[in-house]
Amino acid sequence: MSAPVKKRLTTSAMIASFADPGQRTASAPFGHALNRLAEQRPEIVGLSADLAKYTDMHVFRDANPDRFFQMGMAEQAMLGAAAGLAEVGLVPFASTYSVFATRRAYDFLCLDIAEPGLNVNVVGALPGLTTGYGPSHQATEDLAILRACPNLTIVDPCDSVDIEQAVPQLADHAGPTYLRLLRGKVPTVLDEYDYRFELGKAALVRPGKDVLFVSTGLMTMRTLQAAARLEADHVDAAVLHVPTIKPLDTQTIVRELRTDRLVITAENHTVVGGLSEAVAATAAYAGIATRIQPAALPDEFLAAGALPTLHDRYGLSTDALCARVKAAL
Amino acid sequence: MTTTIEVTKADRVRAAATRIRHHALTMGEVQGQGYIGQALGVADVLAAFYAKGDGELRLRPEDPEWDGRDRFLLSIGHYAIALYAALAEAGTIPLAEIDTYGSDDSRLPMSGMASYTPGMEISGGSLGHGLGVACGMGLGLRHRGNPARVFNLLSDGELDEGSTWEAAMACAHHGLTNVTAIVDVNGLQADGPTPGVLKTEPVTEKWRAFGWHAVRVDGNDVDALLVGLDEIRDHTTGPSVLICDTRTGRGVPFLETREKAHFMPVAEHEWSAAHDALDGVQR
Repeated sequence: MSAPVKKRLTTSAMIASFADPGQRTASAPFGHALNRLAEQRPEIVGLSADLAKYTDMHVFRDANPDRFFQMGMAEQAMLGAAAGLAEVGLVPFASTYSVFATRRAYDFLCLDIAEPGLNVNVVGALPGLTTGYGPSHQATEDLAILRACPNLTIVDPCDSVDIEQAVPQLADHAGPTYLRLLRGKVPTVLDEYDYRFELGKAALVRPGKDVLFVSTGLMTMRTLQAAARLEADHVDAAVLHVPTIKPLDTQTIVRELRTDRLVITAENHTVVGGLSEAVAATAAYAGIATRIQPAALPDEFLAAGALPTLHDRYGLSTDALCARVKAAL
Repeated sequence: MTTTIEVTKADRVRAAATRIRHHALTMGEVQGQGYIGQALGVADVLAAFYAKGDGELRLRPEDPEWDGRDRFLLSIGHYAIALYAALAEAGTIPLAEIDTYGSDDSRLPMSGMASYTPGMEISGGSLGHGLGVACGMGLGLRHRGNPARVFNLLSDGELDEGSTWEAAMACAHHGLTNVTAIVDVNGLQADGPTPGVLKTEPVTEKWRAFGWHAVRVDGNDVDALLVGLDEIRDHTTGPSVLICDTRTGRGVPFLETREKAHFMPVAEHEWSAAHDALDGVQR
């Protein structure tokens, strides 16, 4: 009798990467972009709360040890200290995981940084569903929390191109910002399109007559993949990329929504309080009666597991987007 | 034969403390209420920092944004009434303006806000914030080679907040000699006396355990306060804390003995009596 074959389990990698196999990537684009900026601007400093290595801040730390401040596993102190650094004329980038920057230290982000309108750039890794570690690490509601915070500029980048181009613009912006960080080996996608990141602007990355995807963050990578696949089914899909969640580029969104195309929003975030509701409100306030279908995470605490499995289960995979379009058309 | 009486720095600071108490009473009367008990209690401490010509702080009252100034952070935003009184003493805000305290469109709101008031470095109100900001300022000033010092005034109630201790660890870890915490230990919190709300003692030992140079003084004894500040100025290896035991209502006997309350009630007719009591006039 032969031994039973043990089923090989799909695992949850500790260092999450959502890059597809064989996809072009850039390593730690945030850390390298911050280094390039720091060479030109001596007032740039970095902080982390015992997560430099896991937020690509170690790249900056290693190149600029005298400009990096380790705050220990203390997110409240880190954001307070970032405010203090900005108060005396420096331009801090403070990194931790999104869950800790938003849930745990919100009072400090709100009152120490946003209320005085300081140029502090908060960098949150593992936004939305980019780790299989379960609700403790999955910042599925960070946009919902932060969109309501006055003064705050919020950026959800798609890929390494967005991150590299956003970092200097975040530093140039006089007020506080929050960047949803993609870390490690980050896909490189947008350099194949006629696109440049411009803070506060949405961009039509791909035109199309039948479907309009309005997407942000890594979901723009997925909507672009879905649009390419739908071509085979003679479905012409447009992609409007909205990397700045706040202030929202309502002018461009309204222009694209005035259409009889199927509109699908796509975001790596709960369906509550994120892009889909922002776009729906924009449409309603403009008197546009288009039906909007959200591709977003459910209003639930999500499961632990491997990212590809979870993205499929919760509707963020390219397959799920294509199926959704076909069902709706 | 004539006798000359030497007026010492301590005498001048005591006189400034009395003026600060008068200013605070004037503001309290405008609103008919306020954190007057705390203001009277902390007046000697603030005088040691803000007494014109004698205060510990390096300031240019006419230029509150001067980059070389020492930063004094009011972590306890509800003590704003006391800090406005001290800023009036220092000349940062005009004395005539204190009558606007807490009124619509005033630069002197009930809770301290940086964007409203010259000399108010941070917006307090949510407790446990000041020391973290002070830590960042200390790091940043040192990084820039700016010799200015950072002082953060917090209350014993703020020792309940975990964020205070996160920041305390960070200041000690980074060896921030330019940061000094001042703890107003008045033993009184919103829900009652501190020992019954959440035990904070032993306060001195806690700070020492967190790596701070701790000096504890009677916060209503100006001589002791000045000696404590001298000692802290001479300390050059990390952050210091001046722990000040104060008595709410200090300087106005009938308020000192009043039942301790976070929000001390003062009747309309008592304000002028309080001014008189400060000046030692018996009624």
